[in-house]
Amino acid sequence: MAVTQAKLDAASARLAALDVPAGGWMAAARKDAVARLQAMGLPGKRDEYWRYTDPTALTQVAATPAALFDASDEAPVFDGIDRVRLVFVDGVFDPAQSDDPAAAGVELLSRQGAEIHWAQGLYGVLETRGQTPVARPLAALNTAAATEGVLIRVTEKAAKPINLIYLHKSETSDAILHHCVKLEAGAELTLLENGPAAARFNKVLEVEVADGARFHHIRAQGRDHQRRAVTHIFARLGAESLFKSFTLTANGVLTRNEAVLELTGDDAVAHVAGAAVGDGDFLHDDTVFVTHAAERCESRQVFKKVLKNGAVGVFQGKILVKPGAQKTDGYQISQSLLLDEASQFLAKPELEIYADDVKCSHGSTSGAIDETALYYLRSRGVPLRQAQSLLVLAFLAEAIAEIEDETIAEDVRARLEAWLARHEG
Amino acid sequence: MSALEEIEVRDGVDRETIETVQAMAGKYKHGWETDIEMEYAPKGLSEDIVRLISEKNGEPEWMLEWRLAAYRRWLQMEEPRWAMLNYPEIDYQDQYYYAKPKSMAAKPKSLDEVDPKLLATYEKLGIPLKEQMLLAGVEGSDEPRRVAVDAVFDSVSVGTTFKEELKKAGVIFCSISEAIKEHPELVKKYLGSVVPQSDNFFATLNSAVFSDGSFVYIPEGTRCPMELSTYFRINAENTGQFERTLIIADKGAYVSYLEGCTAPKRDTHQLHAAVVEIVILDDAEVKYSTVQNWYPGDEEGKGGIYNFVTKRADCRGARSKVMWTQVETGSAITWKYPSCILRGDDSQGEFYSIAIANNAQQADTGTKMIHLGKNTKSRIVSKGISAGRAQNTYRGLVTMHPKATNSRNYTQCDSLLIGDKCGAHTVPYIEVKNNSSRVEHEATTSKVDDDQLFYCRSRGMDEEEAVALVVNGFCKEVLQALPMEFAMEAQSLVAISLEGSVG
Repeated sequence: MAVTQAKLDAASARLAALDVPAGGWMAAARKDAVARLQAMGLPGKRDEYWRYTDPTALTQVAATPAALFDASDEAPVFDGIDRVRLVFVDGVFDPAQSDDPAAAGVELLSRQGAEIHWAQGLYGVLETRGQTPVARPLAALNTAAATEGVLIRVTEKAAKPINLIYLHKSETSDAILHHCVKLEAGAELTLLENGPAAARFNKVLEVEVADGARFHHIRAQGRDHQRRAVTHIFARLGAESLFKSFTLTANGVLTRNEAVLELTGDDAVAHVAGAAVGDGDFLHDDTVFVTHAAERCESRQVFKKVLKNGAVGVFQGKILVKPGAQKTDGYQISQSLLLDEASQFLAKPELEIYADDVKCSHGSTSGAIDETALYYLRSRGVPLRQAQSLLVLAFLAEAIAEIEDETIAEDVRARLEAWLARHEG
Repeated sequence: MSALEEIEVRDGVDRETIETVQAMAGKYKHGWETDIEMEYAPKGLSEDIVRLISEKNGEPEWMLEWRLAAYRRWLQMEEPRWAMLNYPEIDYQDQYYYAKPKSMAAKPKSLDEVDPKLLATYEKLGIPLKEQMLLAGVEGSDEPRRVAVDAVFDSVSVGTTFKEELKKAGVIFCSISEAIKEHPELVKKYLGSVVPQSDNFFATLNSAVFSDGSFVYIPEGTRCPMELSTYFRINAENTGQFERTLIIADKGAYVSYLEGCTAPKRDTHQLHAAVVEIVILDDAEVKYSTVQNWYPGDEEGKGGIYNFVTKRADCRGARSKVMWTQVETGSAITWKYPSCILRGDDSQGEFYSIAIANNAQQADTGTKMIHLGKNTKSRIVSKGISAGRAQNTYRGLVTMHPKATNSRNYTQCDSLLIGDKCGAHTVPYIEVKNNSSRVEHEATTSKVDDDQLFYCRSRGMDEEEAVALVVNGFCKEVLQALPMEFAMEAQSLVAISLEGSVG
């Protein structure tokens, strides 16, 4: 992307307004991120990678205030699950509402000193790798300025899922969180995330999945209407490892979820999926970049969006198969259901393939509810609203099926059904 | 010998496919040149050159102004670099922008007066510039097939056949330089109305320096009595070819138009930047077929044509229809996106493409379907084949505007890689801005017409065989729509199956 002075100025202005911390073992990584950001600048409206989503609200110096939202009509997500709860209020860790992180083997980014730390090999490292071939300046900004987040290292199967809960209590909050997760060979962890976090939220999650390790990730991005978020997941997968991520998004003025996955060991499996529902002032952008750099790996991207009253869905997905990554199995599907004339779906599903013995496919569709199916259901006595709801849930099913835990999948389904009921008509 | 020989045959790719691609590698049969005295404009590009081209063509003042406006605009523009193409900087001053055979100094009044050397050139290419009935390969058919040909040699049109007969039907088919002089009202009205002077870097360059090309006007309610064709031949060294084609199908008209192109083998790259504009009014239909076989360069990537082409059809009228068919086998670099603007309600656009890139060739090609009118339909079927160290990219845009209600698009793009040093890429853009329209994009071989597959399978074929048969059947249909002149070339492509494809 062409770096213009305006983009460089925007980066400098943003950095100047943030209190980039000095010292600690992250100092070198932060300094490097500042330098990289100053060289690439912040994204602008005319960038190819921001073709469908205006980044202004994410790049401007101050966060646009967002009204608080009362979601107490629903039980919090993941409530029934035995888990380690770690609560961040407007992006700041709150020990009073949290379980003891140390007991669960979790360290806090905010309590780091200068001594050598295992996370030095991870913090900002995967993010840096993820900057080519496409620059992701907002992730570099995160590495440069984050002071909060968690560092998790697992060496075997974790006893309980770890749940990061993001509460939004201030209308003007501007949160930056950076998490590092390292799964040693054969380890297994489920990471749950939920909540809107802040009026504006910038989050980076770096995940190193070593040979044979398994990482499960499920998140729900909260129901606040006015929040804005940009999130990045950078993951590197070793041989025979597994990475599975599912995101539920309901509401939110602006959400850009990027996933940058690199399959570096043979026989690795990476699945990334999302279900998003939006009504009115809603833009949801899934930007995914999967790199196959080893043999016999499998990747799946499944993204479904239900849009109404002018809501906009964006999907930019790419599968890159490097030379030698033979027997790759890459799959990508992005679909939108447009419930009225005003909504939009904008997609760029890309393939870039340099190996000949691969199976890669992608599909993308967009349209209204199937009138024939609706007619069939109604002719069987199903009331209109219920029939619509059934068809919408059926449309979302392929994405929800990516959640392995049946209890959570059922809960997600129920929440989507409730959302549809609230947004009828 | 070709590196393809060492390639093991993988499951699902048959030997025949590889052999056919191999047979096409490094054997460019149109690589000879015609030894003919040429007249060149001075090397390089400037306002003076633009004036000179205009003067050589005996153009009126308004045309010169149009060209100069384009040239001035071009100076402000930057060469696009977004395509997945890798080539060294082009020196636009190190080219000839105008070259014409000396024997064409005075425009021949009829084909009988054309230099026999030129006629022989086209004869050798299999394009007889005589108004004879028979073309190779159609012996014994009851109704002899006739094709009217406009032959463009470097910068000038050397002759157009069947002009008189077409005139009787009211069809105007001539070189664009002639049309500017004889039908200025039509040229003024339509030139640049589909591809404006400022459209893109290469189209703007073309607007400034185009030397010749073809012009077609089919009057209201007329079905063109024969197929029309333009054959482009680059012969001169270090010379760019910039042709401009303008086709107008008035209300209820129909025409099938064919285009072919070849060039001699040379060690240096040559530039070709063409513009094709098609205007289609109510109920009219245009079929545009291309076999692009410019010299692709040698196995090491030395030489070859840089092909930067802007082709666009504007379905202005209600129920108008356009069909682009392209077989892209030549050129070192292909940058080409024949597009459809579906402006009229119920208009239709179709794009069928087979792109083959071999050795060091790079192709970045596809289409744009811009749905503006209600109930518009479009269909894209693209087959890309890469071999050697070639890179083949499908790049396409489908956009449904808010007012294009009840519209429909279906896109399928399949790619096949032969060998592990080449690349196949897909870059589709999909923009849907209303919900009564349906857009489907897929890129898997298993999604060939399910009914046909089911039929084949019920007859005992396995899935691979069935897919190959169905895909081959489809290719044949596309290829059969091509001109007889290309029959031989087309036949060799038919054998290529698309088994083992990836999307």
